[in-house]
Amino acid sequence: MTSDTTGAPPRAMLPTWSDVGHLAQRQGILIAFILFIIAFSFTSERFASWDNASTVFRQVSIIGTMALGVTVVVIGGNLDLSVGSMLSFATVLVVDLHDKIGPAPAMAITLVATLAIGAVNGILVGFLRLNSLIVTLGMLSAIQGVTLIYSGGQNVDITDQEATWFAFFGRDFLLGVAVPTWIFLGLAVVFQIVLTRTAYGRRVFAVGGNPMAATFSGIRRSYVVFSTYLVSAFTTFCAALILGSRVMGSQNNVGQGYELMVLAGVILGGTSLLGGSGSMVKTVIGVLILGFIQNGLLLMGYQYYAQWLVTWVVIILAVWLDVASKRGRLFTTTT
Amino acid sequence: MTAHPAAIHSAAELDDLRRRAPLLKLDGITKTFPGVVALDDVSLEVRAGEVHALLGENGAGKSTLMKILAGNHQANRGQIHLEGEVVHFDNPMQAKEAGIVLIHQELSLVPEMSVAENIFLGALPRGMFGTVKWRVLHAVAAEILKTLGCKFSPRDKVGRLSIANRQMVEIARALVFTPKVVVFDEPTASLTDAEKVVLFEIIRGLTKKGVGVVYISHRMDEIFTLSDRLTVLRDGKVRGTLETSETSEDGVTQLMIGRSLEGRTKRAAGAFGPVALEVKGLTCGSLYHDVSFQVRKGEVVGMYGLVGAGRTEVAETLFGLRTPDAGEIRIDGEVVAIDAPPAAIARGLALVPESRKEQGLVLGMSCRDNMSMAKLSGVTGRFGFLKPRAEQAIYDEYAKTLDLRAPGPAALAVNLSGGNQQKVVIGKWLATDPEILILDEPTRGIDVGSKSEIHDLIRRLAASGLAVLVISSEMPEIMGVSDRVLALYHGRIAGDFDAETLTEDRLVQAISGL
Amino acid sequence: MTKTLQSLTHLSRLTVVPPIWLFTLACALFFTVTTDNFAEIGNLTNILQQTSTIGLIALGMTVVMINGNIDLSVGAVVALAASLAVGLQSDIGTLPAVAVGLGSGIALGFLNGMIVWKTGVDAFIVTLGAMIGVRGLVFVYTQEQSFFAMDFAYSDFGMSQTLGLPTLAWVFLGFTVVMHWVMTSTVHGRNAYAVGGNREAALNAGIRVGRHMVVNFMIVGFFAALAGITLSTQMGASTPNLGREYELWTITAVVLGGTKLTGGAGSILGTLGGVLAIGILRNGMNLMQVPAFYVLVILGAILIAVLFIDRQVNRAGSEEVEA
Repeated sequence: MTSDTTGAPPRAMLPTWSDVGHLAQRQGILIAFILFIIAFSFTSERFASWDNASTVFRQVSIIGTMALGVTVVVIGGNLDLSVGSMLSFATVLVVDLHDKIGPAPAMAITLVATLAIGAVNGILVGFLRLNSLIVTLGMLSAIQGVTLIYSGGQNVDITDQEATWFAFFGRDFLLGVAVPTWIFLGLAVVFQIVLTRTAYGRRVFAVGGNPMAATFSGIRRSYVVFSTYLVSAFTTFCAALILGSRVMGSQNNVGQGYELMVLAGVILGGTSLLGGSGSMVKTVIGVLILGFIQNGLLLMGYQYYAQWLVTWVVIILAVWLDVASKRGRLFTTTT
Repeated sequence: MTAHPAAIHSAAELDDLRRRAPLLKLDGITKTFPGVVALDDVSLEVRAGEVHALLGENGAGKSTLMKILAGNHQANRGQIHLEGEVVHFDNPMQAKEAGIVLIHQELSLVPEMSVAENIFLGALPRGMFGTVKWRVLHAVAAEILKTLGCKFSPRDKVGRLSIANRQMVEIARALVFTPKVVVFDEPTASLTDAEKVVLFEIIRGLTKKGVGVVYISHRMDEIFTLSDRLTVLRDGKVRGTLETSETSEDGVTQLMIGRSLEGRTKRAAGAFGPVALEVKGLTCGSLYHDVSFQVRKGEVVGMYGLVGAGRTEVAETLFGLRTPDAGEIRIDGEVVAIDAPPAAIARGLALVPESRKEQGLVLGMSCRDNMSMAKLSGVTGRFGFLKPRAEQAIYDEYAKTLDLRAPGPAALAVNLSGGNQQKVVIGKWLATDPEILILDEPTRGIDVGSKSEIHDLIRRLAASGLAVLVISSEMPEIMGVSDRVLALYHGRIAGDFDAETLTEDRLVQAISGL
Repeated sequence: MTKTLQSLTHLSRLTVVPPIWLFTLACALFFTVTTDNFAEIGNLTNILQQTSTIGLIALGMTVVMINGNIDLSVGAVVALAASLAVGLQSDIGTLPAVAVGLGSGIALGFLNGMIVWKTGVDAFIVTLGAMIGVRGLVFVYTQEQSFFAMDFAYSDFGMSQTLGLPTLAWVFLGFTVVMHWVMTSTVHGRNAYAVGGNREAALNAGIRVGRHMVVNFMIVGFFAALAGITLSTQMGASTPNLGREYELWTITAVVLGGTKLTGGAGSILGTLGGVLAIGILRNGMNLMQVPAFYVLVILGAILIAVLFIDRQVNRAGSEEVEA
């Protein structure tokens, strides 16, 4: 009659078709990604080359690194739109201080300052329980202003670009792989482990999945949300190191619009904006899809901006399929 | 659309109407939800001009039946006949247009809009260029409010009305559609006595116009004053339809509970251990005042009262979710300051909350992860890493103790039946090795089998030395499981009964403020 | 603290005017006192003209936000409509070009609305996608070029005066009156509150929620396009980067004006107050020679402060558990 009177069903020994269906549902974005790569490989010989792949990884490393932190915020049930401004801020600060006090102190100060901004976000959203969209929107504007005030509206750069070891973060290679790629993928691995294997990760999922139930279970929700904003500030700081080191200078609005591309990558990977689900693997794939769309279209001879049109379609299709599979039907029945 | 008040019938005509074929007939309605049969072959007749009361405990299927009638849900089997014709409703609008209106327990109003706009929601009178004909709107709304004896203006914002007045707006809204059948779902839960009198007048006015009224309530006194016939539901089945004048409260209670209350052997007060939890003079704003009681080790104390009497709020305060204005809480004789749930857990308190889905579980998480959630520090090793084996051990232990029937530890909580979900929540709290266990409506909305299992479990836990506080609005549950019962009325303790003095009548009197 | 908040609650119940106007007027008063030129007619009309772009978009945004939705694509639509209206005028004439520009906004609004309705994907995601895609469309169409209006009547219009006020100020005020009327007096406008305030109840009451939302997305698309066109008349040109971050400024203005992100509450009058507050702050601080950078910080801080005060006022008296 009902499922609970029949007892536990026997464990299936062999995968069945429904398992395949489940896999397609759960790993849909991954499968789409692989198909996508194969399709592009046919259209351009260069696309499937190692060189090209490593270029794409390097290109997405900045957005990708930021997306890792934002994913943590989103899993915790909130948004962070301030990361673009925060990127401008951190890049300007680290580049400007580099010549004044040396690379190491510059990085230390920038880290502390960026985390402080993250802490402000965290206090407003975590402890004061304000809407994260509006708070981080306000912060977007405020941080932009702070950056401009600091730089006096001037762009900054590093004078001796050859001698400084600061070039390591954006320009060097380790074992044949670019340092930015190491940072991006390294952080992804670390974060994935933290999210899935530690008590902290479990708390983030619980708070994002059902804040009320988490509170009733003795999880201190405010602290958890607060901490997620520190995480996204930290990843933004890492992205700023890559960016500042690669360019060896910075415009004071360099991060403008990044927040939305970052969010696009997170959403594309399949992390729900409702919170409580998502993973670093998903986000890495989402960001790579963005990167490969751009790269593939360029190789096929389309303009740079054509990728944005494709991104539009891909985002909506990806989320639609996700929503539709949960609903069990393609379209809503709303009148 | 405008109200067309039907002709008022004379008493003789009404009698005639009532004798004729039923206005509304539900025939063999069956409804299943994943894991639960909510309604099993339910048939019900409502005659024109009668008040037909529908009774049953929480979870008996009353609300589901009415939602099917009003088009919110669709039955798996069975038919609805209205005035002799088979009707089928895909949505509430179709039901309304056919003349069936449900006055919801959960209000379905738009707070930012005016009373008149809410009454005519979706049917605002339209003038030139799509403008609202305010004058018509306000005039008709005022008229309807007048027949209901409402004092507020149609221009008032609904968000600023009292709960009782909002209820009136809901009723007013029903009157716009010349209704044939009106269903009242617990309409008096938030009304004062004076407002109740007005409501009863309104209901009698409706029946005089030949409207069939279905009246759902827990309160016997109301049902016996108001209804002509009554139908009792239990566990999704009809247990009987009776003429109200030919039955008694006892008879109805028997039908609702299905057995005479079980005579469980209760231990004498001396058999319990020392006092584990003591509450003295606890007061929290307008929610409850001067609440004092004790729970001993090994004792099950029941807290009984109507919804809104302050029961849940007391539990939430004990668990650090609310800050009391006055009073003290002692655990093992020691005054404790509990400002947040972690402090409560550290003190050996556990709370199985009222709402399983909203407060108890993270539905998108696995059973295993849910079960270890209140004891994360206990399953964490070096560098904050979780110990999967320790988590699995918790799952294994409590899945066994509680006889949890889940596909496996990785099954998502959302896919379990209500009873098994509740077992996961209870398992989560037992895993913390509590000394004091508070259960708020532990069996709400779950099937009979799981219900009695949970009752047995509560007894077993108490026998093993736990102090247990059970909050419930189900009389048989409270009577069956508790060693002592506290009755709450309007935020005050209105009675404290031990096993010897406890009777149904005294309990009912206490929670009704008599 | 609680006392003050409670009295604030009472105050907000007594006033018909949205509370943001207190702030707007306070700002105006402050700058009147502290600067020489603020209160001059020329400066005040200047503010109206400057705010008209964000103001027009905000009118439309208010409607979708009252619905409980959001439109992040407005900034990109501004650029698209401006580019079409300027770029096409030498080929098909000015008025047809303007019509195409407005039409593009309405069409994109329709598209956004249909996707939100039929797929059930959150408006935030749908319009975030559109924001990126439409901006791409603009770059593809313009080939990254700025267009200059060859029809001088077009650029003259943006600088023209009518009855002593800049024409664009009239356009903004005119549409404000129209939208105020729509939201307070028409069935469609009232239904917008029902849909945002209690979607389930609106559906149960037979309001066609899906179609209703599509219309509102078309309204915001229209206003974004109109704002793009008026902006390009002021500049006599369009650039592919036009309207960047306008979605953020618009949402800021609308939220300042008291519209809830969750929907169901808000007003055109409030939005007007929010738009003017931002305009007055920018203008006044400019007159005080505060660097523009500080204005960004102050506006961000004000947005968060308003959110905080609003939450405190609304929470006073609530008995929900703070979990």
